[in-house]
Amino acid sequence: MNSREITTQISKAADFLNLKKWDYGASFSNDYSVQVDKGEAKQLKASQKQILTLRVWNESNLVGITTTSDISESGIKKALNQANIASDFGNKNERTEFSPLAKDHIEVNNAEKRNPVGIKKLLTLLREAEVKLLKSHESIKSVPYNGLSESFYERVYANSDGAFRSYTKSQAALYLYARAEEKNKKPRSSGSVKLGYGVEDIDIESCIKDACNKTISHLNYSSIKTDKYLICFSPQSFLTIINAFSSMFNARSILDGVSLSNKNSIGEKLSTKALNIYDDGLHEKNISSSPFDGEGTPTKKLCLINKGRIENFIHSESTARIFKTIPTGHAGLGSKVSVSPDWIVVEKSEENSDLKTSLDHSTYEGEFVYIEELNAIHAGVRASQGSFSLPFDGWLYKNGKKISIESATVAGDIKYLLKNIVNIESSQEVTISGISPHIWVDELSITGDA
Amino acid sequence: MLSSQIKSNELVFGSCNKELLEEIIFYGMELGADFVEIFIENTDNSSVLAEEDFITSVSPSFGKGAGIRIFKGKKDGFVSTNDLTKHGLMRSVSQAIEMLDITDYKRKEVFNGLDKFRDYSLSKKKWISEVPSIHEISEKLLLSTKSLKKNNKIITRKGSYSRNLQEVIIASSDGTYASDIRLHQTVGLNVIASDAQYRSSGSRRFGSSGMPNEFRLWDHEQAANEVFESSMNMLYADYVDAGQMPVVLANKFGGVIFHEACGHLLETTQIERGTTPFENKLNEKIAHESVTAIDEGISEGSFGSLSVDDEGMEPEKSVLIKNGILKKFISDRAGELRTGHKRTGSGRRQNYSFAAASRMRNTYIAQGKHSKEDLINSISDGLYCKSMGGGSVGATGQFNFAVEEGYLIKNGNLTNPVKGATLIGEAKEVMPKISMCGNDLELAPGFCGSISGSVNVTVGQPHIKVDSITVGGR
Repeated sequence: MNSREITTQISKAADFLNLKKWDYGASFSNDYSVQVDKGEAKQLKASQKQILTLRVWNESNLVGITTTSDISESGIKKALNQANIASDFGNKNERTEFSPLAKDHIEVNNAEKRNPVGIKKLLTLLREAEVKLLKSHESIKSVPYNGLSESFYERVYANSDGAFRSYTKSQAALYLYARAEEKNKKPRSSGSVKLGYGVEDIDIESCIKDACNKTISHLNYSSIKTDKYLICFSPQSFLTIINAFSSMFNARSILDGVSLSNKNSIGEKLSTKALNIYDDGLHEKNISSSPFDGEGTPTKKLCLINKGRIENFIHSESTARIFKTIPTGHAGLGSKVSVSPDWIVVEKSEENSDLKTSLDHSTYEGEFVYIEELNAIHAGVRASQGSFSLPFDGWLYKNGKKISIESATVAGDIKYLLKNIVNIESSQEVTISGISPHIWVDELSITGDA
Repeated sequence: MLSSQIKSNELVFGSCNKELLEEIIFYGMELGADFVEIFIENTDNSSVLAEEDFITSVSPSFGKGAGIRIFKGKKDGFVSTNDLTKHGLMRSVSQAIEMLDITDYKRKEVFNGLDKFRDYSLSKKKWISEVPSIHEISEKLLLSTKSLKKNNKIITRKGSYSRNLQEVIIASSDGTYASDIRLHQTVGLNVIASDAQYRSSGSRRFGSSGMPNEFRLWDHEQAANEVFESSMNMLYADYVDAGQMPVVLANKFGGVIFHEACGHLLETTQIERGTTPFENKLNEKIAHESVTAIDEGISEGSFGSLSVDDEGMEPEKSVLIKNGILKKFISDRAGELRTGHKRTGSGRRQNYSFAAASRMRNTYIAQGKHSKEDLINSISDGLYCKSMGGGSVGATGQFNFAVEEGYLIKNGNLTNPVKGATLIGEAKEVMPKISMCGNDLELAPGFCGSISGSVNVTVGQPHIKVDSITVGGR
């Protein structure tokens, strides 16, 4: 069945079961991936997946939900039945409705879809990439984590009110994670990830170069003394921390009592006036962009922090109704609808006179710690408390020299971090999770074992 | 079960599919495969969420799918699909063969048909009717969140329940033919406490396998008390000072460090990647002599237990480390093929869309002879980690773990609660520093994410003392 036929099938089955109000989100995908090990194919994978999430509203207007991979006629009937039963337990205190924007016009960019190159081509390309990476430096002994994949998918949202939207897309990913070894030293590892709409869009050479340079740059390492340091966050690491604490802008988290913000936090000063943060899911550089969210609301650009102050929260249909605003296109379909950001864009605002512009990661000669990548986010972030303690990969810049830091963590509080931003560099970089310049923060605690 | 709703031209759970499975396997072997494995899955899951004094989410889900794996030499091709018809499965086999670029159609391996059916599901078919109903679950979850409401500093109370019922059929060209039903139930409690600028959280998770009644027996009062006390103890805690110090790790979930930092390095997938420092250390000392570590899948009711692994092998009890000496690796079919380490009944996967890999089951450090007090009394200045949060292990073996509930140890006594602590180290360096093991081994359920997805596991240990470790703080 295609998505139109599924919609018809659900409509018929719902009529049969006397269910007047329903909606669904569905995803259909074909994925192909390869891994290699020293020139040999290690594992080749292909998968065909389909997933349907179906909601029904009962006579009391309570919502029930079911998820299934069985999109046969009987599967759909069963899903409707189960959702109907689940609706008896629907949340009476927070009603859910269709998004009022579920029929608004959306732009679907079909130019973003590529044709599959096939497993054999993926394998050939990855083998070549592995060989080149192994030859790129004598200390690189293996590429233990590697993969090249391509995915082709369709996403659909439809409801009993006549809303129907779908888009098809393709995406490819290459990751190369090298391991370097030198005598009497610990092995060091680093890597690179590149995304594209198709394999032909991925800059494989640049991925190899990045993986090599990053890995080699950590070969000369040293412990760092536990202390407070001036920190320069790479674009990727700053986006990681903003995403980890995105509950500050999340209306769902606020209502659930797990956010540092509250309903009255709009306008609250969080940072220097020089900081602007947007969520821009439709940004042209966002390979994973979706024109609508799980409730069918169109995706749009939204300002989260304007000149250091909270400007907007991200919403689903129900949180928007509670906050007396409109949905922002950030909902994930579920009986308890989730809310999450799409693609964070960080920039320097026009009011940036208080920044210390001499702090530039490529020219600054004083002592500072450069945080390239933050790790173990799921373990080291307490979003509801605002605290973090995270291992990182990075370097200590001291006396004109740069040395990789062996096994250390950076700890602090997100509000302290935002308030202590001392520079936002001018040049932005595109990463796999958003766009940001380098961000400088004063006085964060680093724990090392020196 | 869902069997009656599966179409007639598909594999049917609870019925004899032998001829159909043999036909598919034979088809793969005819096309030149060395080995063909079919994993079929049917799931029926439910989850319930209680927030404050209301049920806010009930989410049933069901599904089915197949994972087909073909080996040619040491490489394998894996195809997953939701299409369980004969045509769909045959197509998946063809796709895997094509991916592996098999052009040599001469059969090297012989398929003599499937062995006698091993049906581990026989006594388990009634489980679905024995598990608690949504009504029953909701009532008990609401009792548990109500029990968390002990003072006005508790600002958020959550209780969550999840039940996963998985029916599997495993058939492969070495004759393996087995079926099983797995039932996992888990319940978690979370609170956030707040007072002026102070905030803390507390959480606990409980879980079982194969015990339909277990949720009914769950002592929600005791669980709520534990979570409440933990959040209150930590509410006004100061941040810990960073540094090198001796630590005592509590039993139960304290075992997560051994699981993450050492257990994963003993999986043959790590040997295959060349990322374990223990690859050539079999029968060598890798830990303090006080350490004996076990991985098994046979403890009745434990979250990581199973009757048969996802490759059709019954799980064994594997002594990984005995008195500090490395004795065994955790191995699956691919691991045995590629590294020579015998399978241990540890081939596991999250679902049909993942190829099985060597994964831990119930993994723990065996108990020693000391009391918890012995361990604490032996430290003049250190940290007691009563409750661990999550953590991670880097590609070169460094680990980082958050301490959810910690207390300073001064002159052999527990003193102030501290927050923000992180334990940092490397397994190779820390294992020889586990100098004392308590006599109070206890296990705790958890979920482990790795190459073959998220699987149910148990971690565990008695109280243990690590002579020196880096503690991250402020």
